[in-house]
Parts: sequence; C-alpha cells; structure tokens
Amino acid sequence: MSNAESVLKPTLVTMPPREATKPLFDRAHEWITTVDHKRLGILYIVYALVFLVIGGIEATIMRIQLAVPHAHFVSPQVFNQMFTMHGTTMIFFVAMPVLFGFANYFVPLMIGARDMAFPRLNAFSFWMSALGGIILYFSFLGGSGLYGAGSAPDVGWFAYAPLTSPAFSLGHSTDYWIIGLLVSGVGSIGTTLNIATTVLCMRCPGMTLGRMPLFAWLNLVMSGLVLVVVSPLTAAQIMLLVDRYLGGHFFDTQAGGSAVLWMHFFWIFGHPEVYVLIIPAFAFISEIVPVFSRKPIFGYSIMVAATVTIGFISLGVWAHHMFTVGMTSYGNAFFVGSTMAISVPTGIKIFNWLGTLWGGKIVFKTPMLFCIGFLFQFLIAGLTGIMLAAAPFDWQLGNSYFVVAHFHYVIVGGILFALFAAFYYWFPKMSGKMYDETLGKWHFWLFLIGFHLTFDFMHIPGVLGMPRRIYTYEPGRGWEIWNLIVSIGMLFQIIGVLIFVWNLVWSYFKGKAAGNDPWDAWTLEWSTASPPPEYNFATIPVVRSRRPLWDLKHPEDPDWKYE
Amino acid sequence: MGAAHLCAANVASAVTLGSPDIPSIFSPASTPADSIYHLSLFVLETCFVIFAVVFSLLVYSVVKFRRRPGDDGREPAQIYGSNQVELAWTVIPIVIVVVLFLASARVIHAVEDYRFPPNTTEVTAVGHQFWWEFQYPQQGFITANELHVPVSDAKSPTPTHIVLLSADTDHSFWVPMLAGKTDLIPNRTNSMWIDPHETGVYVGQCAQYCGTQHAKMLLRVFVQSREDFNRWLAEQQRPAQNDGNVASGRRVFESTACVNCHTVSGTAAHGKFGPDLTHLMSRETIAAGAALNNRENLRQWIKDPEVFKPGSLMPAMQLGEQDLNALTDYLMSLR
Repeated sequence: MSNAESVLKPTLVTMPPREATKPLFDRAHEWITTVDHKRLGILYIVYALVFLVIGGIEATIMRIQLAVPHAHFVSPQVFNQMFTMHGTTMIFFVAMPVLFGFANYFVPLMIGARDMAFPRLNAFSFWMSALGGIILYFSFLGGSGLYGAGSAPDVGWFAYAPLTSPAFSLGHSTDYWIIGLLVSGVGSIGTTLNIATTVLCMRCPGMTLGRMPLFAWLNLVMSGLVLVVVSPLTAAQIMLLVDRYLGGHFFDTQAGGSAVLWMHFFWIFGHPEVYVLIIPAFAFISEIVPVFSRKPIFGYSIMVAATVTIGFISLGVWAHHMFTVGMTSYGNAFFVGSTMAISVPTGIKIFNWLGTLWGGKIVFKTPMLFCIGFLFQFLIAGLTGIMLAAAPFDWQLGNSYFVVAHFHYVIVGGILFALFAAFYYWFPKMSGKMYDETLGKWHFWLFLIGFHLTFDFMHIPGVLGMPRRIYTYEPGRGWEIWNLIVSIGMLFQIIGVLIFVWNLVWSYFKGKAAGNDPWDAWTLEWSTASPPPEYNFATIPVVRSRRPLWDLKHPEDPDWKYE
Repeated sequence: MGAAHLCAANVASAVTLGSPDIPSIFSPASTPADSIYHLSLFVLETCFVIFAVVFSLLVYSVVKFRRRPGDDGREPAQIYGSNQVELAWTVIPIVIVVVLFLASARVIHAVEDYRFPPNTTEVTAVGHQFWWEFQYPQQGFITANELHVPVSDAKSPTPTHIVLLSADTDHSFWVPMLAGKTDLIPNRTNSMWIDPHETGVYVGQCAQYCGTQHAKMLLRVFVQSREDFNRWLAEQQRPAQNDGNVASGRRVFESTACVNCHTVSGTAAHGKFGPDLTHLMSRETIAAGAALNNRENLRQWIKDPEVFKPGSLMPAMQLGEQDLNALTDYLMSLR
C-alpha cells in the first residue's frame, strides 16, 4: 500500500449517527465534560458567536446615539459603558475564542493527529475563557457591589490610568473588567500552549515542519505571540488590583504613580494582539484561496518567513499607539521605523496571495468571495496603517474616528471577512451538511455594502476633527452627514449577519449531505468523514508533501516530486 | 505622481464637501499643522499609487483567471513560487518604507525640536474633568476654556508655547487646524506649540477619553492681532469688577459653596477646582463650550448643570429663585 492510499483509507469508515437518540441531559453532560478537540472547538465558536451578537447590540446602541448630533438615546454614562464593553467583548470574547475554536478544531485534523496534545488542559482553557466572559458581564448586575444597582465598566477597552484608580472608578465595575480579563488570559495561555505543543509534537509521520499546512504554521506563530504578550497584560492587571486593594501606587497618579507605565504595559500586549488576531485570519485565507484558485499557495516558505518576521517585529512597535504622549523625537522616529517595517512582510503576504490567484481557475463560491473581500479591505487597512505610522500624521489622526475606521477595517474588513470565509469553507466538514449557496451570497453582498457604508465613511469625520469615544457632538462641524451614513450601513450588516446565522441553523438541520471532500481540497481534514469521528483518523495518515490529497488524486503528478 | 497628487488633493477637499468653513486637518493655519499637511499629502499620494497598482492586479487576476463556463475541468498549471518575483516585491516595498520613514522623521524633528524665538508667548494648559485651565505665567492670570494667542507672521514668527499638564486624568489638546494633538498626562510635563497665520476662532476638543463628559470638553482658540491680544491681556490682568448694584448676588456667591471651587480675584473666592470666574463675561461660552455664555444659560447652568452636561462635576446649587437671579446678575457683572 502506498503512502498516498493510506491517507484516504479513513474516508471509507462509515460512522454510526452520533447521539441521535440520547436524552437531552446526557447530551448536555457530554458537551460540558468533553475533552474532544472538535467539540471544544465548536464550544469556543458558539460561545464567540453569542458574544458577537452581544457586542453587535452594543455597537448598534452607539450608532443609534451618534446618527444625529445632540441625540438623547442613551446617557453619556451608558454610552461610555457601551464602547468599553463593545471593545473588550469583541477582542477578548469574540475574536480570540472564535480563532482558538477554529485552531482547536482544525490543527489536529490538518496535521493528522487524533486530538490536541493536552485534551484536559484544552477543556480547562475553554472553561476559563468562558468564565472570564461571564465575570465581565456579571458587572451589569454586580458592578457597584452588593448594595448598588450595578453598572458595567466605563473606562474604555484599554482602561488608561488613572481612570481605573479608586479615585476615578468607584464601585467594582473596573474590578470585574480586571478579573474577567485575568481569568480569560489564563485560558488563552493554556490553549495556545496546547496549540504550540500539538503542532510541534503531534504531526503524523512524514509531516515535517516544511510540509505542514500554512494553517498550522500560522497558528504556531500566533500561539508563540500569545504566550509572550498576554503575560505583560496579566502582570499589569495584577498591579492594578494591587493599586486598587493593597495600597499600591504603580498607576495611581495621585500618589506619584505613572499613567504612561500602564500605556506601555497595555500596548506591548495590545499591538501584538492585533497580530494574534490577524495571523489566524491569514491562515484561513492561505488555505481557502489556493483551493478555490486550484493552485498551491504561491511561495510557501516565503509565507512562513514573512509570518515569523511579522511576529517578531510586532513585539517592537507598541509605542505607535503613544505618538501623542510626548515621547522624544528619537523615540517617535524609532517607532515610525519599526511600524513601517512591518508593512514589508505584510505586503509580501498580499503579493503571494495574488500570486496564488494568478494563472488559476478561480471558483467564486461564498468562501472565496469573502477571501476576495478580505484581500481588498486588508489592502486598504494596511495603507491607512501606513498613514497612521507616519507619526506626525498620527498626531492629527490618532484617537480620531479615522483610527476607529482603520482598526475596524482590519478587524471587520480583514478578520471578520476571513472568519466568514472560514465558516462557509469548513461548515460542511464540521456539520456534515452543505450550507445554502444563495443565502451565502446574499450574506456576502449585504455585508459588503454595509461594511463599506459604515467604515469607508467613518474615516471622514476623523479628518474633520471628530475624536473617538464622544457620546454626542455639536452640529456645524461637517460631521452629521457622515455619521448618518455610518449608522445606516450598520443596518445592512445586521441583516447580513442574520442571514448568516439563519443559513447555518437551517443548513444544520435541513442541508444536503456535504460528503467528505466537497471542495476537492488537499489537506488532511478532507480525507476523513464529515463530521469527523471522535478519533479523527482510523489509521494515522502518512504524508510526503504539503498537499497529501493532491498526491492521492494526481498520482501521475504528485507534489513531492517538486518540493 | 501627478494623478496621485490630484487624488490626494481631491480627497482633502471632498471631505469638507467643499465648504471652507469646516475645520479639517487639510486646511492648516499654523506651521505644525502645515508641516503635517504636506507630509500627509505625500503619504496619501504614495499610498494611492500602491493601492492603484495592487488593486489593479487583484481585479485583473479575479477577472482574467476566473473559471469560465465550458471549462475543460482540468487543473491549471501548478506553480509553487518564484524567488525572482519574491525578491522584487520585497525590495520595492523596502525602498518605499525607507522614503516614508525619512519624510516622517524630518517633520518629527521640525515640530518636536523647534527652537523658540525670544518673543514666544508662554501658556500653561491644565486639563481638568471636563474643562481647560489656561495660565499665562508671564502676565500672572488664569482663564478657562478659551485660549487667546497672538497671530504670527511668517517673517518674524511670534509662536505660542503651550505647556501641558493634567490635574486628574489623561486629556489631549487637539485643534486640527493649528497642530496635531498632544496628551495632558498627570505627573508629566508635555508641551506643544502653534503659530497661527490668520486671526479667527479655531475649534477643537479633548481627544483622550477622560471620563463621563469627555464629549463636551471643547476648546476654542482665539487668534488675535497683536493689538487685540495685548488689549485682551490687559483686560484679563485687571482685578474683578466690583459693581455695587449686584452686591446681593456677590453675597450669595461668597456665602455658598461656589467659593470652594471658583476664584474671583478681590473676593473671598480662591477655589481652584473649577474655572476662574474673574472675567467670566469676557468668554463666549460656558461649561467648556457646551453652551453660549448668556444670562439664560448661565442661570440654567447654576440651577442644574446636568441640563447641558450630565456628569459634570459641578453640583446643582439648590438656590431659591431670588438668590439664583441675584447670583446670575453678579456673574453677569464679571466682565
């Protein structure tokens, strides 16, 4: 039996229908106690989707308030809570868990393993992350302590000192914010330790580092980054707790503490965090674009090198969030240089994706549409990033709506588009059912229109002097029309997301069977059943190239001859 | 670069919908804002060229290499990469990055390491929740929310050097037409400078989230001719008006909690927590720009600040009608 054949063997295993007849309580018990990487992956993803809806509601409240000047939809206190909770939720309880979820589900499948390296740590990490989110949201009830009416934190998602000190943040809302992130940070460290170990130790025979799918490579880099950068955040949170409860003065400016110290701690976490989120998005694009272009990824080793370079440089750019805090001209110039340097490997990645499209036969299924959207929007996000990296330009644009537009271009136009691509691409594998292509395309076009209405026009009030985090504004400064358009765009996005959720739910129950390999793809997860059995592979596959299923389908022209 | 320049200039004018009255970072009126404006046009042009090239490549590949109806079903040629091409798209971006870095560094140096001429006006701005204190140390008086500076001539510049401090949380001083923003941070001394070329009023606001009423911490900079500015300085240096007609209002002022937070020179009021009221009526607005400074608004502000600024740190004074009117009359006399 050739190596290639051994890859396909598991597809012949037919699975008995899972859990169809078990009572609900037993099924719930199985999900809660599970240590299976696929179930934990789905738990992560569903959990993140719930928070996506909550964070989206918070954004909607803000956009209603800002649609017209002098609106009275919510009070300033509520508005400030909304942007704090929206930012914290979207970064820590949507983006991170959903990306961890996909990594959990697909890293073992793509490297031919039967589970993660530490299944129990995996479950522990998920439940810690989940607990963190619940603690944060419990602040709505318990934020003012046991005797108060409760209130959520209102210090902004980067919680600049000294707003978080007891003098300016009464009650316990800030404590819920601190503890919530602290606890979910433990989960993040646990799960990335797990991903890194899995990638390094659990690869199937024949899968050298140089033959791993880019998905595994990029998640390895992401894990390394999380392990380095979550620790400073955790340290800073503990220092802040010491300030608040044990009379410490790290950030307590009224007792001689330093507000700038907090900024350094936060952004040495906060900037690499952007790459923690975008690198898994790159991973989705690097898997999906080749399959729908019918070509291997262009410049595999350069892609790996560029990602590792991005990871390294991203650790040295944090103070570009601080161009306005009064650093010396040399300090500012250094961070201009390091920040602009990161655009080189990022550009290389974009060019390699274009190189993958070039000469292909591109199939425009929904996942590919979202990938094209990603490429277009990520290009623009990168270019506005270069504008902000030029420190003097940032002195004008920093903390304005231009910045808000820029990072939503990265996070929504980039990461969320890549995520939607990943959802449509892997939904058949995870559920065993095919989604509805027409609804998928409706989702894409509505969301695309909504995205551009909202985030293209959001740049303009920033140029006109509108700072972020204001609950209302005066008429007459030219901001009204742009804010109205931005708020209208939100409506399209909401409809798009509702179609998406409906598509997933409907397809899960009524969709057509997807089969093992609906996209005629090349990585190992498509060689097993949909959804995969608990043990993933009946026999551990053996691979000889980066595209084991290509070798199998094209024995006359296998990849390993060229690599 | 011609087309890119046109595009950048179009972007700059289109965002204001062609109205010259709308303040924008693209209508600079002072040297720091002007240097940034020229840098920003260069960066915008460069980014536009990059966008045009990469976007065209993307559109071309998507259109040209789509699977067409009646495709033979065979896989396209499998290409794994090319070192020459990789080298090209590594080196060209590096060159662009070096150029942009040098252009930025030049402006950083010009703005941050500026040498002040001897006739520089000194102002100290102190950020408070949620208003601005402006101290004129050379003249020895304090005012609030409305900064007055002299106009500057390009040939013999008379810039204003603004030292930035904070009394409580982080704030940021941002008047887009005059300069980029600089933060006001507790326990830290920052500074910035402006040299406005045209007289007029320039608006801006706090650009660093500083608490509940961050939104209504507005800024107005009055750029005046040298004569007007000197006259304003002289007026501000005078002690407060002491008008016998409003003595009852002054009694209310001096016998309530007003004095704990506000200063009126020549009275018992020496509070530092709120704005100095010595020449209150010389200002166009109250509540850090949240309302026009007229009798009706002043009265409402004393009665219940929440009407204009919910979350403002000034409490409602709970005065009877008579005291309220007398106090308003007194404040109206502080010219």
